[in-house]
Amino acid sequence: MSIAVPRGSDGRPGALWAVPALLYFALFAVVPMALVVALSFTDWSGLGSPHWAGARNWTRLLHDPGLGQSLRLSLLLTVVTWAVQTLICLPLGVWCAGPQRSRAVLGTLFFVPLLMSSAAVALLFGALLDPNFGLAHTVGPWIGVDDGNFIGDPHKALWTVTAVITWQFVPFHTLLYQAAARQVPAQLYEAATIDGAGRWRQFASITLPQLRNTVVTSSVLILVGSLTYFDIVLILTDGGPGTSTRILPLHMYLTGFSSFDMGYASVLAVLLLAAGTTLSLLVVRITGFRRMTSQREGL
Amino acid sequence: MKSAPTLGVTLGATLRATAAVSAAAVLAVTATACGSSGPGAAGGSGGGGRVTVWTLQDTAFNPVQKKSVSAYNAASKDTRATMQTFVNDPYKQKLQTALGSPNAPDVFLNWGGGNLSTYVKSGEVADLSADLDATFTAKFLPSVLAAGTLDGKVYGVPMEGVQPVALFSNKDVFAAAGITAPPATWQDLLADIDTLKAKKVTPIALAGSQAWTELMWLEYLLDRVGGPEVFAGIQAGTPGAWDDPAVATALGMIRDLVERGAFGTNYGSVSQDSGGADALLAKGRAGMELMGSWEYAGQLATAPKFVKDGKLGWTTFPTVPGGKGDPKNVVGNPSNFFSVTAKSANRSDAVDFVKKTVTEPSYVSDLLSIGQVPAVAGIDAQIKASPNADYTGFIYQLVAGAPSFTQSWDQALDPATAQKLLTNLQKVFNKQSTPQQFVSAMDAK
Repeated sequence: MSIAVPRGSDGRPGALWAVPALLYFALFAVVPMALVVALSFTDWSGLGSPHWAGARNWTRLLHDPGLGQSLRLSLLLTVVTWAVQTLICLPLGVWCAGPQRSRAVLGTLFFVPLLMSSAAVALLFGALLDPNFGLAHTVGPWIGVDDGNFIGDPHKALWTVTAVITWQFVPFHTLLYQAAARQVPAQLYEAATIDGAGRWRQFASITLPQLRNTVVTSSVLILVGSLTYFDIVLILTDGGPGTSTRILPLHMYLTGFSSFDMGYASVLAVLLLAAGTTLSLLVVRITGFRRMTSQREGL
Repeated sequence: MKSAPTLGVTLGATLRATAAVSAAAVLAVTATACGSSGPGAAGGSGGGGRVTVWTLQDTAFNPVQKKSVSAYNAASKDTRATMQTFVNDPYKQKLQTALGSPNAPDVFLNWGGGNLSTYVKSGEVADLSADLDATFTAKFLPSVLAAGTLDGKVYGVPMEGVQPVALFSNKDVFAAAGITAPPATWQDLLADIDTLKAKKVTPIALAGSQAWTELMWLEYLLDRVGGPEVFAGIQAGTPGAWDDPAVATALGMIRDLVERGAFGTNYGSVSQDSGGADALLAKGRAGMELMGSWEYAGQLATAPKFVKDGKLGWTTFPTVPGGKGDPKNVVGNPSNFFSVTAKSANRSDAVDFVKKTVTEPSYVSDLLSIGQVPAVAGIDAQIKASPNADYTGFIYQLVAGAPSFTQSWDQALDPATAQKLLTNLQKVFNKQSTPQQFVSAMDAK
C-alpha cells in the first residue's frame, strides 16, 4: 500500500462522520417511532391532548373486523406486485442494458412514469378509468369488461390498483436491473460464447447469478414498499368499493385522518413498522445478502 | 375527495381546477401525514384588534369575502381583519390540530352540526348567545341557524349559501323518452326509471366511487319514510337507533333501485370530483341526478350551454306514499358557519367582525350574484332581481319552507361513525351487503 494513512487508523472515516446522518435518522425516524408507540396507548382525536388509554387500543386489534381483510389485501398486493414487477423488470432491464441505439430510445421512454409523482399517476389513471368518458370505456369491451367498471367492481378493483402500481414502479426496478446488467464483465460472455453457450444458457448461467444481489435489493424495496404503500390507492379508490382495496396502510391512514382515531391508528402503525422490519430482515437473512459475498471470484 | 365530501365540488370550480385542487389536497394530506405540519406561518391571534379569519379556498366565493373584509376594515377604526384560505380536505385536519393551540385563528369557517359540536365539546368554541341579540339571530332562516346552535346556545353563524340536496334532470332526455314532468312521487320515479332504461339511457347518474353521493339517497329516503326523528336518534347515539324499521325500509328501496338498474352498472367507477356523474347528465347519457344545490353552478361552469339553454331541470325529492316525514323536509348542508374560538385574545373584535359582515346587504347581493342563496330571511325581492333567479328562488323556497333541514350525515355524525357509515352504505349499493347486514354493522360497536 502506497497511500499514506494516519497511524492507528484503518483508512476509514471516523465515527464522527456518521453523526449528521445519525442525528437526522434519530430526529425523523427514531423519535416519531417512539412517539407512535406512546400514542398507541392513548385516546386522541387530534383535538386537545391525548388521554391515557392503557392497552385498550391493543385489545381492539383482536376485534377489528376490518383488520383481517386489510392484512389479506396487503399480503396479496405485496406478493402480486413483487411477482409481476420482478418478472417484467428483470428481462426488461437486461434487454435495456444492451448497446443498440433503439434500446436507448425505448429505454428512455420506459422511464417516463418514473418522472411523475404518485399523486399525478393516480389522478391520471382516475381520469383514464372513468367508465363513461375515459379510456376504460373503449378498452373495457376488448378485455371482457363491457361497462368499463374497473375500480367500482369489488372483484376487479384490487387488480386494477395493482396494475397501476406496477405501471408506476416498473421503470425504477428496470433501472436497477439495467445498471446491474451493465456491470456484468464482458469476458464472462466472451468465454461462454467460446464454450458454445447459447443466449438462454448465458442468461441462465451468467446474467441471473450475477444479478443475485440486485434481485434481493429490488425485492426488499418492493416488499417493504408495498407495505407502506397507499397514496395511489387513496386517490384512486379510497379503499373502496366498500373495503375491497382497504390495504393495511390505508386502514391506518383512514383510521387516523378520517376517523380521527389516532390511538388505534398508532397501533396499526406499530404493526406495520414491525411487519416491514421483520420482512426486510427475513429477506436479507434468507438470501444471504447480509454476508455481502462477491459474485466475482476469479475476475 | 373524502372527509368533507359534500363540499368537495365548490361553486364555480371547473373540471381542471377540481383536479388541481385534489392534487394539492392530496399532497398537503401526505405532508400532514408525515408529521411535518408545523404551526401556520401567519396564524396566531396577536392581539391589538387584529382578527384572523380562516376560510376555505373557493374561486367564486373568495373575492366576495375579500370585498366584505376590506369593507369591514375600512369602516372600523381600530380592528383589522385578515383572511386566510385553505384547501377543503386538509382544512378539517388543520382545524383539528390548530384549535386549542397558540396558532388558532379568531374566526373560523366550519360546517356546523356534528362537526361543530366536536369542537364545542372540547371547549374550543365561544358561546355567542350573549353577544348576539334576538334581532340579529332573527335575520337567519331558523332551519339553517339550527345547525349552528347546540343546546339552545349559538356557536356558529351562517355565512355562506344554503346547500340543500335536490333532484336534477336533463329536460331533453325526459322529452325524448316522453316524460312530461319530473317525478313527484316514488311511483313516478320508478316508472320514469323503467321508461329511461327502455330508451337505453342511464336513468340516474351516480358517482358511486364516492360514497357520500350515495348517502344523499339514504338521507332523503329515511326522512321521507320515517321522518327526521329517526336520524335525530341516530345522531344522538340512542342505542338501537339504527334498528328502526324505517332504516331497513329505506335501504330496501335503495336495493330496489339498484336491482332495477336505476344507476346503470358501472356507477362504482364514477367519480364526482372529476365530474363523471355531472357529465353524464349534461351530455344526455343520464336522465337524473340527486345532488347538492351547487350542481347548478357546477354545470354552469363545465357545461354552460346546457344550463343557459334551459335544459337543466330541478325538483324536490319525490314523496313516498305512507311515509311519516313531511314531504317539505330537506337534507343537505344547511350552510357554512363562522365561529369564534374560545381562547381568542380578540373575542369582542371577532364577534364584531361576524356581526357586521354576514348579513350586510352588499354581501347578500354578492352571494346571490355568484349563485349562492344566503340563509338570510326575507330576501325574496333581492332574489327575484338577481341573475339565475329561477334557480335561486327555487332553492330559497325549498329551504325557507322546510320544517326540518337534516344535515348531511357524514358531517353530522362523529368522524369514526361517518366513515363506517359510508363504507357500509357503499357495500349496499354494490350488492355486497343486505340492508340487514348494514344495520348490524352499524349497530356493532
